Amino acid sequence: MTEYLLILVSTVLVNNIVMVKILGLCPFMGVSKKLEAAVGMGAATTFVLTLGSGASYLIQHYLLGPDLAYLTTLSFIVVIAGIVQFTEMAIKKTSPELYQILGIYLPLITTNCAVLGIPLLNVQAKHDFVQSLLFGFGGAVGFTLVMILFAGMRERMEGADVPGIFKGSAIAMVTAGLMSLSFMGFSGLVK
Amino acid sequence: MISALWVMVGISLLLGAVLGYSAIKFKVEGNPLVEKIDAVLPQTQCGQCGFPGCKPYAEAIAKGEADINKCPPGGEEGIHKLAELLGVEFKPFGEGAGPRAKAVAFIDEQTCIGCTLCLQACPVDAIAGAAKQMHTIIASECTGCELCLAPCPVDCISMQPIEENIGNWKWQYPAIPIVQVNPR
Repeated sequence: MTEYLLILVSTVLVNNIVMVKILGLCPFMGVSKKLEAAVGMGAATTFVLTLGSGASYLIQHYLLGPDLAYLTTLSFIVVIAGIVQFTEMAIKKTSPELYQILGIYLPLITTNCAVLGIPLLNVQAKHDFVQSLLFGFGGAVGFTLVMILFAGMRERMEGADVPGIFKGSAIAMVTAGLMSLSFMGFSGLVK
Repeated sequence: MISALWVMVGISLLLGAVLGYSAIKFKVEGNPLVEKIDAVLPQTQCGQCGFPGCKPYAEAIAKGEADINKCPPGGEEGIHKLAELLGVEFKPFGEGAGPRAKAVAFIDEQTCIGCTLCLQACPVDAIAGAAKQMHTIIASECTGCELCLAPCPVDCISMQPIEENIGNWKWQYPAIPIVQVNPR
């Protein structure tokens, strides 16, 4: 039990996928202008990432094995794209409101490198099924947390008196860097 | 090598089957009324109704946000069809919204400089031409929406009324104005 808790804390805070592993930066910079969009993107990513790490564990373990290890990346991409498509259709049918909120962010998840990165890290770390699921879920929660924090900061920054040359993306990059630095404070919390 | 191929083919087939099945299973029916209204509209996408195209106008009608008499290219006939479909009273065109005398655009070929601006504006591709070549209107395709008039920098496009002949004559609906009789 403790081990699972450690995985969660480690993925959400210490080894945060965006701030420490520097994965999934495109949605992090692109969809963080508005808080609602950031929350929607986080929720959609959480769903896909958890499902994706589970499915890719099964494929890696039962289908590929050590003989076909070179197919890992390729098959993960295929599976993730499939899951994203399936999720989109299922959400469209079951909850049109959620579909409206998520909008374009649903298909965009396919190109989020964190979604491919976490299953690959799972393989590297030789996680078992539950660990893989938790690792995926924790990573996605960490992603959502950072998205929300960053979107909140950017919304406040809109009103700030920023020097002309720093306006827009430049100051956002600087802020992201500072945020990444502050996340380094968590290192050493979990081994 | 062969097993690798089999594995990838297997994964792709399985995912394809799942997606294909869920595409049928999770099929979302669009609002059938919108589809029917959209089928009645002339599909010129001219925007004279104030909406960005025929489909948005159809959606607005279905929601009850727009009147049925906003579509000049459809003519009175179109309003009659819409009124029948929706079970509402026929409504004549509002002031200045009605179709003008049936006309097609005509390009004065002496003045045309071949800028292609009208080509881009035409919603039904009824203008033939290329950059720095004289353009001309394919009269049988032109719906008379007048969208090409505004972008022309040399004002060489005019609307020419069409003569009524056996080919294009249409039965006029006997429009009998509704008046209130004997209010009690």
